[in-house]
Amino acid sequence: MNKTVKNAKEAINGISDNMTVMFGGFGLCGIPENTILELSKTKIKGLICISNNCGVDNFGLGLMLNNHQIKKMVSSYVGENAEFERQMLSGELEVELLPQGTLAERVRAGGAGIPAFYVPAGYGTEVGIGKESREFNGKMHLLEHALTADFAFVKAWKGDTAGNLIYKYTANNFNNMMAMAGKITIAEVEELVPEGELDPNFIHTPGIFVQRIFQGVDYIKKIEQLTLSK
Amino acid sequence: MALDKNQIAMRIARELHNGDYVNLGIGIPTLVANFIPEGIYVTLQSENGMLGMGPFPTMETVDADLINAGKQTITYLPGASFFDSATSFAMIRGGHVDITILGAFEVSEKGDIASWKVPGKLIKGMGGAMDLVASAKNIIVAMQHTNKEGQSKLLKECTLPLTGVNCVKRIVSDLAVLDVTDKGFKLLERAPGVSIEQIQKATEGTLIVEGEIPEIKF
Repeated sequence: MNKTVKNAKEAINGISDNMTVMFGGFGLCGIPENTILELSKTKIKGLICISNNCGVDNFGLGLMLNNHQIKKMVSSYVGENAEFERQMLSGELEVELLPQGTLAERVRAGGAGIPAFYVPAGYGTEVGIGKESREFNGKMHLLEHALTADFAFVKAWKGDTAGNLIYKYTANNFNNMMAMAGKITIAEVEELVPEGELDPNFIHTPGIFVQRIFQGVDYIKKIEQLTLSK
Repeated sequence: MALDKNQIAMRIARELHNGDYVNLGIGIPTLVANFIPEGIYVTLQSENGMLGMGPFPTMETVDADLINAGKQTITYLPGASFFDSATSFAMIRGGHVDITILGAFEVSEKGDIASWKVPGKLIKGMGGAMDLVASAKNIIVAMQHTNKEGQSKLLKECTLPLTGVNCVKRIVSDLAVLDVTDKGFKLLERAPGVSIEQIQKATEGTLIVEGEIPEIKF
């Protein structure tokens, strides 16, 4: 089954206003740059975006934020850009903050068909307000619900035409679970090869989770905190 | 003399055991990696998806795909592994990470911690801190004993939004090493030249002083 599409423009076919969408990446590491850039050129708006972070000024999801395409962010850590802060404080942008591991597991559960589960993170804090709680083994836990999306956008290092994906170093992060949790998952890769060329022993995301794949171009891979040994 | 940031990190490094898997937070906790005692081998976990974190890279070895949870460029050591965020937090939630070291704005005598949000100021989010404090087997907090106005940050009750409840086990501040017990903060060691009275004055929560309290030696 060849899932290849030509480019980001062809890949985002079918995405419309007010959809729930997921973006892989941690900070700017492993974000689907091509897809974000292409979405930022469209008039699509009102999106509920599930992503650990929201890019920086003029890069990553910051591009879509500048265009007011995002209605709500579901994240664990935000505010690396001034426009985000302005929109949040003015009420233009709705923000739901979640513990990072809870966010990761809610996405994983969504892809794995588990509707809800209990975790200790956030119990006794404002994250727990309005959530069911229950004691297990003498410790309090919160009931957390699965997250899924109309579209999930992920970025991998290598991929094949069957949709199998391999990530590089810490660029895996949220990509693997989000690929599972999208009704339609679009993967962009730095190197697209014919099926059969990737060693099946080293696949991170099996192709079953990916509906469309394309060869990405012109990766910038911006670094947020360049830190060197002295 | 109160401890400086490096001395706090140096003291905390003595809490590490050979073979520990360790998660270090941003700020003073990151400095702990510089002071790991000779003969002690630990593996650093970074919650964005790696075990076996190494030092910062050189300009020649920088890779945008290799960062830590503070989004800083880093390297990896032999034996390292990379994985997705759900697996990373399974390690944390499942109790496989032995020790978590993080900073705090406030800690209460019951072991509650506030470290992520100051209402009225920019709210950036909790990141992985809530998951870490809710599940780590051992949590050590690195912090200043008082704020810039001299007010205590070791309190009866936290005043800021909480990161977690009843979870902090030990605190290493610029003035002292303390354990959180059922009865309050138990003073274990004091910074060189810092008196028990000074520590008492800087601690709003219940302070338990039993027997001789030794000075921290470097």
